[in-house]
Amino acid sequence: MPDAPSNYQIGASVKRREDLRFLTGNGNYTDDINRPGQLYAYILRSTQAHAEIVSIDTKAARAMPGVVTIYTGADMAADGIGGLPCGWQIHSKDGSPMVEPSHPPIVVDRVRHVGDNVAVVIADSLAQAKDAAEAIAIDYKALPAAVSVTAAVAPGAPLVWDTAPGNQCYDWHLGDKAATEAAFAAAKTIAKVDIVNNRLIPNAMEPRAALGDFNPSSGEYTLFTTSQNPHVIRLLMGAFVLKLPEHKLRVVAPDVGGGFGSKIYHYAEEAICTWAAGKLKRPVKWTAERTESFMTDAHGRDHVTHAEMAMDGEGRFLALRVSTKANMGAYLSTFAPAVPTYLYGTLLAGVYKTPAIYVEVQAVFTNTTPVDAYRGAGRPEATFLLERLVDECARVTGIDRADIRRRNFIAADAFPYQTPVALQYDSGDYQGCLDAALAAHNYAGFPARKAESEKAGKLRGIGLSTYVEACGIAPSAVVGSLGARAGLFEVGKVRVHPTGSVTVFTGTHSHGQGHETTFAQVVADALGVGMDQVDIVHGDTANVPFGMGTYGSRSLAVGGSAIVKACDKIVAKAKKIAAHLLEAAEADIEFKDGMFKVAGTDRQKALAEISLAAYVPHNYPIDELEPGLEETAFYDPKNFTFPGGTHICEVEIDPETGVTRVTQFTAVDDVGRVINPMIVEGQVHGGLAQGIGQALLEQCVYDAAGQLLTGSMMDYCMPRADDLPLFYVGQHTTLCTHNPLGVKGCGEVGAIGSPPAVMNAVIDALKGYGVTNMDMPATPEKVWRAVQSGRKH
Amino acid sequence: MQVSVSLTVNGKAVTAAVEPRTLLVQLLREHLELTGTHVGCDTSQCGACVVHVDGASAKSCTLLAVQCDGTSITTIEGLAKDGVLHPMQEAFREHHGLQCGFCTPGMVMSAVDLLQHNAKPSETEIREWLEGNICRCTGYHNIVKAVQHAAQQMGG
Amino acid sequence: MYAFTYQKPTTIAAAVAALGADADAKPVSGGQTLIPTLKQRLAAPTALVDLAKIPELAGITVAGDTLTIGAMTRHATVADSADVKRLIPALAALAEGIGDPQVRNRGTIGGSIANNDPAADYPAGCLGLGATIVTNRRELAADAFFTGMFSTALDDGELVTAVKFTKPKRAAYVKFPNPASRYAIVGVFVAETAGGIRVAVTGAGAGVFRATALEAALASKGFAAASLDGVAVSADGLNSDIHASAEYRAHLITVMAKRAVAAAG
Repeated sequence: MPDAPSNYQIGASVKRREDLRFLTGNGNYTDDINRPGQLYAYILRSTQAHAEIVSIDTKAARAMPGVVTIYTGADMAADGIGGLPCGWQIHSKDGSPMVEPSHPPIVVDRVRHVGDNVAVVIADSLAQAKDAAEAIAIDYKALPAAVSVTAAVAPGAPLVWDTAPGNQCYDWHLGDKAATEAAFAAAKTIAKVDIVNNRLIPNAMEPRAALGDFNPSSGEYTLFTTSQNPHVIRLLMGAFVLKLPEHKLRVVAPDVGGGFGSKIYHYAEEAICTWAAGKLKRPVKWTAERTESFMTDAHGRDHVTHAEMAMDGEGRFLALRVSTKANMGAYLSTFAPAVPTYLYGTLLAGVYKTPAIYVEVQAVFTNTTPVDAYRGAGRPEATFLLERLVDECARVTGIDRADIRRRNFIAADAFPYQTPVALQYDSGDYQGCLDAALAAHNYAGFPARKAESEKAGKLRGIGLSTYVEACGIAPSAVVGSLGARAGLFEVGKVRVHPTGSVTVFTGTHSHGQGHETTFAQVVADALGVGMDQVDIVHGDTANVPFGMGTYGSRSLAVGGSAIVKACDKIVAKAKKIAAHLLEAAEADIEFKDGMFKVAGTDRQKALAEISLAAYVPHNYPIDELEPGLEETAFYDPKNFTFPGGTHICEVEIDPETGVTRVTQFTAVDDVGRVINPMIVEGQVHGGLAQGIGQALLEQCVYDAAGQLLTGSMMDYCMPRADDLPLFYVGQHTTLCTHNPLGVKGCGEVGAIGSPPAVMNAVIDALKGYGVTNMDMPATPEKVWRAVQSGRKH
Repeated sequence: MQVSVSLTVNGKAVTAAVEPRTLLVQLLREHLELTGTHVGCDTSQCGACVVHVDGASAKSCTLLAVQCDGTSITTIEGLAKDGVLHPMQEAFREHHGLQCGFCTPGMVMSAVDLLQHNAKPSETEIREWLEGNICRCTGYHNIVKAVQHAAQQMGG
Repeated sequence: MYAFTYQKPTTIAAAVAALGADADAKPVSGGQTLIPTLKQRLAAPTALVDLAKIPELAGITVAGDTLTIGAMTRHATVADSADVKRLIPALAALAEGIGDPQVRNRGTIGGSIANNDPAADYPAGCLGLGATIVTNRRELAADAFFTGMFSTALDDGELVTAVKFTKPKRAAYVKFPNPASRYAIVGVFVAETAGGIRVAVTGAGAGVFRATALEAALASKGFAAASLDGVAVSADGLNSDIHASAEYRAHLITVMAKRAVAAAG
């Protein structure tokens, strides 16, 4: 029998149990899996941004050594294969639904971005498949391309879709326009910013991969895939693309090497490999080369925004109006339409009690890779514009940047707080986070540090970002009313085995987040068993009843809550069994530290004794209870969760070269209850690297013809160890009020809060040169030019 | 056309017939089923594929198997001895120097090579050495801490 | 990669013969540039001739003030060499800054200069130090060896066997790396040699070149960073890409040159 724990696991920096396999090379990623008789797929991709396919000649390629077959879009269409579905429907201001073009896994007659799928070669080896792909002759008739959002909405721009005039997908709005306009009319001061949120390429370190298999005797298909949500892939691919019933389709997402959103979506290669495996009765494997990842993983961000804040005479915010153009790319990826709307517009109150807000968002098709949710998804874009705008408010009013924030914060006693843009924040303490961060950073010491830098010929700047985000997605009824085509609950199943050890099945998926450890901590406390008695299982539709997966910092807040609910059911049933075994009334049974005790006595039963009785029900209340000890909970959250905090960045700039270095970075976040501080800090570190990367290094660049200029890590700047400082990461906690753990989520706060802190610091450093705004990334040349033009003034 | 290569991998003599265009990483992953060594890019930038060739770290995606004929290769699978983790592996676990685990094998193999050159590296030296290893999860903070810890443990 | 055959000769003569036998054969030394190129299917040699097992190409030797570095010497070996550090520390430092540690463990000086990537470091070191490139047929001054983007004075069947450097009075190399690839956007090698002051620039143009305006300024005003104040390099003909415009590169050449002069002491 396991010992009862000597202390609680929640709150402890328990070392990760998943590490041993990763550190010894025993991880099991999709590309590590091979099946007997496996074939290799190579996708021939468009070299053109926009073109008609006049003809495809595969004859010579089919005759190449090792080639088993070649499929084109026509072959898939002939089999009745459907398009990749979009999971969200947005309506325009006028009530019309968004334009939703078809997205066949392989195009039929027109390519719409570089990297679009044109044909798949399936061969005995990958090298043979690639050799043959080069022998496929495609006759393209080039069409003019619409590449940037600005170009795509210009009059006369080439149309990506004939069904989308002006390349508009939708024209959405949120908020009270009349109240906002009235507030602007009465404003004493107005601050304005033009913001470009630079397009990012996700680059999870594991490239996407898919391995389809088919069992002719059972008729069952199996897909191994690099996914954050295997059940969602099963649902989308089964119901909409391959038209397979769920009981004949198993989707396994084994170890996955990072996702950051880019592995949420149902991608064509998953459908192609699964379908081809069925046709060929052999396993078919595809693994992306990084170059393909750059062209085909859904990109992130890419907004162009104008925003204005109306203020009274004391720098109090009266109203905010925002107009954004969001790049959707050539097709609508799974979550894409929701990102610039319900994950963005709803966040524009930020941490401020701005009474009136109006935002309009035009989503635009372009001849580029689809854009979808990435590492923060909408909230980094909202936070960036808001925190840049607040700094601009400080500049135009002459109020200190920390003071103007304090003046406008939602007060700690104002929760629950209803924003003018649809959200109700449950808890937070923005002033507390700011004060803690200023102290931790030694904000007061900045002038002295700046003076030191100046002595060395360097410019120094400091920047703040005070943010809130909405995650833990999401209440199904709410998102349903907002256009989601699925619920966003989560599933937890807890199986107490006869001898008392526990297997937990979760519908979330861990691809770096450490669920196998954190969730075990939660269960160990909930059931009073040792960590070594608990295993967490995820990532396989054959094992886990259902699940919506991991994204939007939802795993603990939603998935963890489902597990807690299932544990509650276990305890409730176990109390009944204990009452029977101890011959006491159920109401007299207390549960603590793994022991079921008759109150006020020393008579007790351990969980393992009860589970044994449940599985060997010789002495058991069999008329009232079923044998066994296994419970499942579907948990639908009552609200979003609202992590927030303050990030402070300090930079030093070499004015001769324009090189900007982050010298110090302080993050004080409120992520709700912390289960494992070590893991939370690690999650924040990674997000900060992404935020600093976006602000200083990363940028997806297409040329005007739609060719991807940053198509490899030679040109797309991935943050490296020597680009970053050590971080100070702290917490200032208020608990979430509506989930059983009080948790809010920590996976994206770093990426959401940090970019404006960095850019506000860069602009602060350059203010002596007349710089008031700068687009990300603040590359050396951009900064150098700012210094040069400032000198000329 | 296939050619024969003979080399030592994690202390074991290995002979394989490969095409000359076979990369070392393909030999390891596909022929020898040592899938701990990963491929994260195709431009020799990311370092997920780092192994030791005759004791020195190298990118196994940028080496032909035939170039390694006669050499001794150590992969992540060969780092722990008799079930005891190498101090660098222990340090990564202790300091949460990994999240998704994909860059980890290359990161660890690179860091082990660093300490062979420099037993007591500074934070800056660690960061500069890891230029050829990209991680998207950790922000490198805990990787740096782990390498510092391993250096201490190894007596640097 | 396309398919190719592979040979590993043990003499220069055998290597030259193998290359001569097949017009589409290519030599491979460290392979740190060639293999990525092959992986992208940007080159299609029918045969690779591996130079790694030719003893004549290996090693560093010193004779008086002259350092001879065999073509197959790895960057890490040059960086760690006590002889190089003693005679030409700037060259050891340059080698220490090439690529990343794994590239340095495999890449070679001969491969680097024979490839003559316009953003590679070694060509700047060779040109800046006025090195002599030794081939299996002749000796060439660096000024004559580097002829443009990815091109050199090497003839068919001619292999770099070694590079000879003479100890300068002082020298330094300072690089402004591309933040993504870490290749040089601008790298400047300055040296005060017996033959005069030399300033070699990599990364900025179609190939490594000497910045004559900077050389003249240092020669006339003295070997000091201040001598380069206000000395502008023309942006004409310099590279321009998403990372750096020609104008910015031109500016960086002067800045890096000043820093190199200061570092050379």
